[in-house]
Amino acid sequence: MGERTVIPFGPHHPVLPEPIHLDLVLEDERVVEAIPQIGYIHRGLEKLVEKRDFKQYTYIAERICGICSFMHGMGYCMSVESIMKLEIPERAEFLRTIWAEMSRIHSHMLWLGLTADAFGFESLFMHSWRLREKVLDLFEETTGGRVIFSVCDIGGVRKDIDAETLQKIVRVLTEMGEELKPLADVFLNDFSVKSRTVGVGVLTKEKAEELGAIGPMAKASGVNLDMRTQGYAAYKHLNFEPITATQGDSYARMVVRIKEIYQAIDLIRQCVEKIPEGDVLVKFKGNPDGEYFTHIEQPRGEVLYYVKANGTSFLDRVRVRTPTFANVPALLETLKNCDLADVPILVLTIDPCISCTER
Amino acid sequence: MEEQKIIKIPAEALLAEASNMKGQGYRLAAISCTNKNGIELSYTFEKNYDFINLRINMDYETELESISCLYPFAFLYENEIVELHGAKINNIAVDFKDKLYRISTETPFKEKKKEEE
Repeated sequence: MGERTVIPFGPHHPVLPEPIHLDLVLEDERVVEAIPQIGYIHRGLEKLVEKRDFKQYTYIAERICGICSFMHGMGYCMSVESIMKLEIPERAEFLRTIWAEMSRIHSHMLWLGLTADAFGFESLFMHSWRLREKVLDLFEETTGGRVIFSVCDIGGVRKDIDAETLQKIVRVLTEMGEELKPLADVFLNDFSVKSRTVGVGVLTKEKAEELGAIGPMAKASGVNLDMRTQGYAAYKHLNFEPITATQGDSYARMVVRIKEIYQAIDLIRQCVEKIPEGDVLVKFKGNPDGEYFTHIEQPRGEVLYYVKANGTSFLDRVRVRTPTFANVPALLETLKNCDLADVPILVLTIDPCISCTER
Repeated sequence: MEEQKIIKIPAEALLAEASNMKGQGYRLAAISCTNKNGIELSYTFEKNYDFINLRINMDYETELESISCLYPFAFLYENEIVELHGAKINNIAVDFKDKLYRISTETPFKEKKKEEE
């Protein structure tokens, strides 16, 4: 047995954009165990239900995360709408789905860039983020914002997208998909990339299920779990199958995310073909009274929103269980027996969002 | 709109009910906690997109058994509930002893009596 050492990893690390701290127990350069500390910057956003009424809380929900901003607002609104039994206009459901899938594309593109940065492939990182800008430009054109959109509201959405812009979204994203192909070829076939990802951080299907893994982390291990198949928003009108892989390693997690980008482009194309005319926001009166659990599929996986209301304008409780929180145990499993040099890449392969986790 | 299945159980039945869920192949999707007239816990389980919520209502003095012996990853949820909401949970597999989140306020979600505010 080699000499055991404990080294602190994080909360800040040169290649990690999120402040996560791990105490790594090493035998020589091999990780034996990792102990997480996720409480570096807890923001107490759930506590704000005491200070902001249920309509204002939509804006707080959007600020849980800069990447999944739209989906956080959407999940919260869906919970309140379910409690109030509000039927939102069908056009609003399609628009929500379009923005949600655009969020998935920009999240996965951001992740690809960060991962390239983690294994030292700077040009791949730059090109991934260059392509991601196209999605951010579309967000800006359709909502006015590039990170926080304030477009989702209880009862629907605040802005419509005209037919011409919808066609433009499909055209730009299709072009982006074409431009992504040579990059995807590097991610999937380059020797140096494969040497850092193939067989690294394997999570078996059994372990993924046992540890409650979700999202691309679980899908890459062969777990067919995708909340979109439940048919919320406009997904009930779209044809798609969850993307899975079987190897369970860092490479498989990359494969799943790249395929999900192309799947998202196709889902947006289907939405544009099927979107009906009509209103995008329904007016309502009164306050919610009751409780509801909503599950939706964010880029990182299943997220749970629990809203408990009491008939006043102030809620009793908002609870958000984010994908990163659920994937931390699976991360700890993948870190066992890995090389110290692979730790940053493995932390990245769960696509950690600590701002979501410490909401 | 998804049907909400909420099954109320007493605190002492938690381990047996969680064991039953595990035996049926349900995964633990989340544990949620609300502080209103005591503590209200919701253990959300899922199997083939069928969600079941086990609901426990208890006071702050009731001691609950950890389900981390059945679902090892429950330790994160349980530490959060102890630290933020002030619940008493025994035998958590990895007990952070109120140090999961480095927050300066003790049990910030717990209902405070007037004189404590």
